[in-house]
Amino acid sequence: MKKQNKLAGLQRRKAISGYLFIMPFIVGFLAFMVKPFFESLYMSFCDIELGPGKFDKIFAGLGNYKWAFTIDAEFNRLLVEETQKMFFNALAVMVFSFFVALILNQKFKGRAFVRAVFFLPVILSSGVILGVEYDNSLMSSMQTAIEENAGNASITGAIQNILVTSGVGVAAFEKVFEVVERIYDVAISSGIQIIIFLSGLQTIPGSMYEAASIEGCTAWESLWKITFPMISPLFLVNWIYTIVDYCMRSDNEIMNKISDQMITYLHYGYASAMSWIYFLIVIVIIAISSFIISKGVYYYD
Amino acid sequence: MTKGAGKRDGFWERNRKSGGYLLKKTTLNFAYKIIRMVLLFGMCFLILQPIFNKISISFMEERDLYDATIIAVPAHFTTDNYKLAMQFMDFGKTMLNTILVSLTVALLQIAICTLVGYGFARFQFPLKKFWFACVILVIIIPPQTVSTSLYLHFRYFDIAGILKLLTGEGINLRGSVVPYYLMSATCMGLKNGLYIYMIRQFFRNIPKELEEAAYVDGCGTLKTFVRIMLPDATPIITSCFLFSFVWQWTDGFYSKTFLGNINLLSMQLSRVAEQLNHYLIYVMRQPAGATIGYTNCIVATATLLVILPLLIIYLFAQKGFVESLSSSGLKM
Repeated sequence: MKKQNKLAGLQRRKAISGYLFIMPFIVGFLAFMVKPFFESLYMSFCDIELGPGKFDKIFAGLGNYKWAFTIDAEFNRLLVEETQKMFFNALAVMVFSFFVALILNQKFKGRAFVRAVFFLPVILSSGVILGVEYDNSLMSSMQTAIEENAGNASITGAIQNILVTSGVGVAAFEKVFEVVERIYDVAISSGIQIIIFLSGLQTIPGSMYEAASIEGCTAWESLWKITFPMISPLFLVNWIYTIVDYCMRSDNEIMNKISDQMITYLHYGYASAMSWIYFLIVIVIIAISSFIISKGVYYYD
Repeated sequence: MTKGAGKRDGFWERNRKSGGYLLKKTTLNFAYKIIRMVLLFGMCFLILQPIFNKISISFMEERDLYDATIIAVPAHFTTDNYKLAMQFMDFGKTMLNTILVSLTVALLQIAICTLVGYGFARFQFPLKKFWFACVILVIIIPPQTVSTSLYLHFRYFDIAGILKLLTGEGINLRGSVVPYYLMSATCMGLKNGLYIYMIRQFFRNIPKELEEAAYVDGCGTLKTFVRIMLPDATPIITSCFLFSFVWQWTDGFYSKTFLGNINLLSMQLSRVAEQLNHYLIYVMRQPAGATIGYTNCIVATATLLVILPLLIIYLFAQKGFVESLSSSGLKM
């Protein structure tokens, strides 16, 4: 009995020190996440007027939301565009990073170098640099000039012409070609995802492949029957990471519009409303897609 | 003939014995290797090309930019672009600021995140799952959602109305570094949820016996953490620190919103184009302003100046970035 009490005391002490360790997070979460979270929800229904030393919230009902959807000329368009772009971008990143991780997991000369190069964009194309690169209109104008001079001899262009004129599933093809054209975008935003897939691939025991190949499994079959299920949990991780990462990118036009409205025009209520609309859309996309993906996830334990 | 003779047979001999299988297999393997090499080379080129392009452009004079015969090697070599870009960004001072801010912020964030990650990994306490779900939430919620409210919060900063009682109004913390340091000290900085997650994942893999042995030998909780656990976790902490440093360096959103008035490289970079235009019109008396090509050239030079330190860090600490992340074994 006495011993049990002491154990409970030790457990209590550990619980207390555990709480002490995560204290900073709890404080930050409550002060800088939960409070502003609900406050900005409330602010999205208000007009904010700044005065010296204080600000007033004047309740305006759904005014900000109405403004966003019906009066603002570009918000609807941007919203649809960015959401679409996010979805296709995320899909392309998943396929690309899985494919690259498969290749980088094999042994060949210069593997360390190639890995380093693929990881480079995580460092160099983060934050503002991405946005700056986007304005690089010299590059694109030069490119179009070169293309015109060369008589449009690019391979993808030719294939696109053939496929589009043949009229089979035009819309789907167009999406694919859009992705192909933005392959640079995809490549520079899939650094972390490649590493995550790689780490997953390295945890698959080699004995599994060995057993499969003895049973007569081809490499193609073991890709689908071993590799794919074994790293399927990472598809979920990567999917969520890619979408969240896309929201944070500095060339995301909605986010730029929001921070413009906030910092330049001081429309705090309207900025809150827009960010809440976008946030809800993103959360819904994440929730639905995670639910679908998690149906197919296989946990090997 | 001895037993090992089969090995000494020529390739064609072995091919004949296997009924053509060997040739087929070798050719396929070879073709696969070539295709892989071409593919990898192409993709590496795709990623590196913009950097090479920037380097070559940054040494060109303005007339080189419009010369169709000049593609990579400048005909009129010049370093004026660098001088201009440095002047526009106020490079020396801005660089110092950026190093100071990135370094201190990264140190603070990682120190706190290590504590929190350790707490989540090695202690049992009530509501642990709930709090960890909150960490996941922090990763998922885009900071822009709460930024409007936070912005005002710091504009009229107050702790539970105390300051208002004393001085009549809250303090304006906008433009000072205090808000961001406050956020960093409480795990709400740039991608801090991710660091907590990674560090926790690492600490979870350390065997429990190690910790128990330390307790038995009379180490307290804190001493165990500092003496036993921290040295083991150096790789993951280093890599989180590097990430934190680098992302802070290029960050636009947090710097713009919470560090307003301090000149940071990332902020200056986005203003370079404007300043060039201004400079050409008012100082050089060219009423037309900067052409698109020239603007791009200066912006490319400025970008190079900003990423150069990061590139150097990456060259030396490449392992720190990649290896520890892949060894930590992220799982959901």
